[in-house]
Amino acid sequence: MAQTTRGRTALAGYLFLLPNLLGFLAFTLLPVLASLALSFYAWDLFTSPRFVGLHNFIALMRDRDFWYYAYNTVFLMLAIPVNILGSLLLAVVMNQKLRGIVVFRAMYFLPSIVAGVGTYLLWRWIYNPDYGLINTIIASWFPQWLSDGIRGLGVEWPPQWLTSVTWAKPALMFMSFWTVVGGYNMILYLAALQGVSPELYEAADIDGANAWQRFWAITWPMVSPTTFFVLTMSLIGGLQGGFEQAFVMTRGGPAGATTTISYYIYNHAFTWNHMGYAAAIAWVLFAVVFGVTLVNWRFGGRIVHY
Amino acid sequence: MRVFRKQDEMTVKKLVTYLVLGFVGLFMLLPFLWMLSTSVKPASDVFTSFENPIKAFVPRETQWRNFPRVYDTTRAMGGGFARWYLNSVLVAVVVTLGQVTTSACAAYAFARLRFPGRDKLFLGYLATMMIPGAVTMIPNFILMRKITEWLTVVAPMVDWDASRVVSVFGRTYDAGRLVGLDSYFALAVPAMFSAYGTFMLRQYFLSIPRDLEEAATIDGCGLFRIFTTIILPLSKPALATLTIFTFMGNWQSFYWPLIVLTQDSMKTLPLGLLSFMGLYSTQWSLLMAGSMMMILPMIIVFLVGQKWFISGIQLGALKG
Repeated sequence: MAQTTRGRTALAGYLFLLPNLLGFLAFTLLPVLASLALSFYAWDLFTSPRFVGLHNFIALMRDRDFWYYAYNTVFLMLAIPVNILGSLLLAVVMNQKLRGIVVFRAMYFLPSIVAGVGTYLLWRWIYNPDYGLINTIIASWFPQWLSDGIRGLGVEWPPQWLTSVTWAKPALMFMSFWTVVGGYNMILYLAALQGVSPELYEAADIDGANAWQRFWAITWPMVSPTTFFVLTMSLIGGLQGGFEQAFVMTRGGPAGATTTISYYIYNHAFTWNHMGYAAAIAWVLFAVVFGVTLVNWRFGGRIVHY
Repeated sequence: MRVFRKQDEMTVKKLVTYLVLGFVGLFMLLPFLWMLSTSVKPASDVFTSFENPIKAFVPRETQWRNFPRVYDTTRAMGGGFARWYLNSVLVAVVVTLGQVTTSACAAYAFARLRFPGRDKLFLGYLATMMIPGAVTMIPNFILMRKITEWLTVVAPMVDWDASRVVSVFGRTYDAGRLVGLDSYFALAVPAMFSAYGTFMLRQYFLSIPRDLEEAATIDGCGLFRIFTTIILPLSKPALATLTIFTFMGNWQSFYWPLIVLTQDSMKTLPLGLLSFMGLYSTQWSLLMAGSMMMILPMIIVFLVGQKWFISGIQLGALKG
């Protein structure tokens, strides 16, 4: 009796799992293995695949474009700490008993919800050098002496934004700030702040601590698990990111200045039909993501207060 | 005197807080207002230099007909905006239903049913969640590209390469291939299975106390009935969250549709908007009207389902 019940449960288990498992095998597990195998081949989809051993990986290490795009990717990721700090500060300001806080939260969250082709198009228009919002503001409200000063330093001003090698990356970073600062990370910080006991702050008040000291001595350590989590997730996302906005806003340009690794994979795989080479880059990217995550978990534990 | 001081300090602090919050709110909304303002401007007003930004914001003439004009202008592009809307809704609904259903079933198996190899399989699911999308995208694209050739070998009686049409009320519409590139199959099916959704629901199911199920088993309830009458109703918050996230994610989906679609008539909104931009790159009022129409449903879904969003984010972070 017990035997048959167990057997039936097992059978039911497989049946419940089956639809998902089939999809998982077909569209995730097999493709992962296939792309690993593919990275040792050269294949243009038309002729038959040719085994090339480690050649793709060796060529990649010598590929100057790859290193430039890796540099671009890391450069764009410099926005991550700024975005995270912004989310934390915003959460601190919002973590008060105030009327209408829900309205503000919805307002801040909106950009991260609708981020996509629609907002990339919008920012392309905002960054229009002649008629865009930002340069209209600069033209009418920016003090002349400051503009002259900036130009005197040899910096392009007013910026040509997306068509300028100097300004294209900062432009994308500023857009990312607008997109994510009030989004998921801020919500997580808000939840974390609500878990901090008010008694800690009361004790600090009695000791005469000012706002700055309270923040560094209480808030920052108390939310460090959240910081650790959002940093890890942002790093993973940042390493793989940058394709969509660059594709819509700059096509990776000017002169490759906004091409990231994910964009380079796209170009090799879907523009030039270099399936093997693209798979090799994707696997190197995976290795880097894996490594960063591992390092994060290993060393993150030491600085996080639980 | 001293009694009032504390109160005054509080009022000032509140005022400063509201000022900061309002300023940040303006920063968040300004791009959207710019979008709205551009979308109702006459084409000639877009390329005009204004002496100050406030004048640039307020349209001299409000042209709501820019919105219907987006439909008219794009109609020649395989049906245009109306068709892209339809495709987006269709794909997002099918993918969401499929993903929530298969994830819930699998999550139930992982959370409650004992079978050989269960934990190893679950570990396999977890392990793949970290793999960049680009890794699987390449073989999946090759599969879609080659599948019609392979199927022709297996089943030559069907013309796998042909594009199909459907007739509705006497008019014919392009419906793409059965499978492969430019097919609804390629748009929807690979997106219907999610390791993340399975993981999230499993965690939620584990938090449901087992007493109810045990009582139901004694009453002679089968596993399927337990699943549909106990587990699912108790998991409404998690299911609602997954539904909203999946729908939104699919509505914005860009990379995969970009590589499997070439025909205008099969495009979803993000892709359609992109081709629209390619053809009318200087028509900013129309482009902004199109963008507005694309993001409006998301804003509505967000405002309606805000509660599920906030709780969902916190649920997702628990794995950290």
